[in-house]
Amino acid sequence: MQPKYVIGVIVLLSGTAAPFIISTYELSLLGRFLALSILAMGIMLTWGEAGILSLGQGVFFGLGGYCLALHLKLEGLNLANGDMPDFMVWSGVSKLPAFWYPFASPIFSLVCVVIVPGTFAAVFSWLVFRRRVGGVYFALITQALALAFSTLLISQQAYTGGFNGLTDYSTMFGESITTTGAAKVIYWITFVLVVGAYFFLRWLLASRYGMMLRATRDGENRVRFLGYDPVPYKVIAFSIAAMLAGVGGALFTLHAGVVSPALVGVVPSIEMVVWVAVGGRNILWGAIAGTLLVNFAKDLISSALPSLWLYGLGTIFIISVSFLPAGIAGIFRAGSSEDRIVRRFLTRRKLSSAE
Amino acid sequence: MNAIPAPILLMENISVDFDGFFALTNITLSLTPGDLRIVIGPNGAGKSTLCDTIIGRVRPTAGKITFKDKLITDLPEQEIVRLGICRKFQTPGVLPTLTVFENLLVSAQKDRSWWRSFTRSSRVTEILRAEEIMMQIGLQERRDVFAADLAHGEKQWLEIGMVVATDADLLLLDEPTAGMGPQDTQRTAKLILSLLGRHAVLVIDHDMSFVEALNGYVTVLHQGQILKEGSVAEIRADPEVSAVYLGRSDDDHIIET
Ligand SMILES: Nc1ncnc2c1ncn2[C@@H]1O[C@H](COP(=O)(O)OP(=O)(O)O)[C@@H](O)[C@H]1O
Ligand SMILES: [Mg+2]
Repeated sequence: MQPKYVIGVIVLLSGTAAPFIISTYELSLLGRFLALSILAMGIMLTWGEAGILSLGQGVFFGLGGYCLALHLKLEGLNLANGDMPDFMVWSGVSKLPAFWYPFASPIFSLVCVVIVPGTFAAVFSWLVFRRRVGGVYFALITQALALAFSTLLISQQAYTGGFNGLTDYSTMFGESITTTGAAKVIYWITFVLVVGAYFFLRWLLASRYGMMLRATRDGENRVRFLGYDPVPYKVIAFSIAAMLAGVGGALFTLHAGVVSPALVGVVPSIEMVVWVAVGGRNILWGAIAGTLLVNFAKDLISSALPSLWLYGLGTIFIISVSFLPAGIAGIFRAGSSEDRIVRRFLTRRKLSSAE
Repeated sequence: MNAIPAPILLMENISVDFDGFFALTNITLSLTPGDLRIVIGPNGAGKSTLCDTIIGRVRPTAGKITFKDKLITDLPEQEIVRLGICRKFQTPGVLPTLTVFENLLVSAQKDRSWWRSFTRSSRVTEILRAEEIMMQIGLQERRDVFAADLAHGEKQWLEIGMVVATDADLLLLDEPTAGMGPQDTQRTAKLILSLLGRHAVLVIDHDMSFVEALNGYVTVLHQGQILKEGSVAEIRADPEVSAVYLGRSDDDHIIET
């Protein structure tokens, strides 16, 4: 057997067995970070393979998280009776807002976790790419989007839980989600989805679509003047990344028991890009590895010295960009012609990133 | 002399105005199917702009362009391409992180709709066409090399190959020999001559030895206007053309990699 299959089997086995090996606390961290890595694979797709840098993935993460949280806040309430989530009662809301009602259905909410970010991303990116806005301008627009989204969430306290977000869930599908047994199940669901997303993206990137996406990244004009419309390829990549971010957001919400504006704004959105920069933006497993690594580091550093984390993050980012342009995953194929190309390509892009 | 039955491309009174600077003024030009046209002129004469205008990258301020009897002046770029015009850029426009073969495959693909791209394999005919062109441009040994790793001349050939792979009826080749030595330049001339008949080709170049090897009908552009048209020999002998080129070396073009 080839070494990469051996490694793959080991990762799958240890990932499956993790709930029996590590402590409950460690498991909750691992589960959270794996949820984030689903989002990170989406960034690999858009940033690495399509050359679209988004500084607003927090928005799609938040849309997924909130879609599920709306349901979790309604579980167990008797809506016909006029019951309302606790924070609405405290805010003096007299009646449950209409847009909340459909989220009483768990199936509707789960569908929304994927569809809402996906649709929003498709419409948004189509409008932007159609006008041939790209590069730095696109990054800035997405960043503004993240700022607007978190501001909106905070300002609509009575409908969104405001700054504190939505928290304090108890059940889903009638089952408790706060027990250690439930934590294991949620972990396994997360693990399966990480593996599923991984293989889906591998297939996608090996398809002709994947080749066209890289072609568009390499020379959007060349592709256009070969008779292709580059816009749909980019819109699809961006939408898939948004859906993955939504799934990641929903899973994270389950693991963490909270979703709040602090998780979806500008700073978290930039952090997400750093995970992928550290792990390697052109290699799928690099995105997962980077997410786990940076987040475990964050947990260690911020539990020891909370104020140090942002400096730590900045340092990690600078080191990885200066010395490891292809990320940690790039080390494993250093010297290969693929690695050289990626490096050269990345430096060239940096110089002409305004294009 | 030139009995032109039905031109494949017809540019009539084309002017291009870049905020008050006329890059092209009142250009009228027609091309016959399967035929060769060479456009020469000093740097800044408007040669690249001429290609840009045909392909829809730059929109003319006046005049009209017809291709196969269809008005294309206002069509979106990819539709102009789909009608059968393909252009090689002055700076080689190969796709650096794709292999030579993939570059040709992307170009040879007949079905350019995105919704049918979710399959693993390309059509056999397209694969064969890509292989065939790879032989034609002499890059079969370099099949799986990333385009970024090619030598400058090889990139030029690859992009010519990509343009050919689209099976367009009209190929616009903007400075295909830029950065090439004399040997490679002659090879390129042979390659271009082998395309005639199946494709009409418009070649832009500076290099007189290359133009002589091609030996086609020449249009001389100067300051956005047509200065002279005629055979290579006529152009060579023309005092006005010599005056325009006086003091300019043949290899003063900008090479970017
Ligand atoms: N997009 C543009 N905006 C303004 N001026 C341009 C633009 N493109 C080309 N020009 C100018 O038009 C002139 C012709 O350029 P070009 O067609 O590239 O010349 P050539 O290919 O013959 O060297 C040059 O003076 C150039 O500076
Ligand atoms: Mg030019």
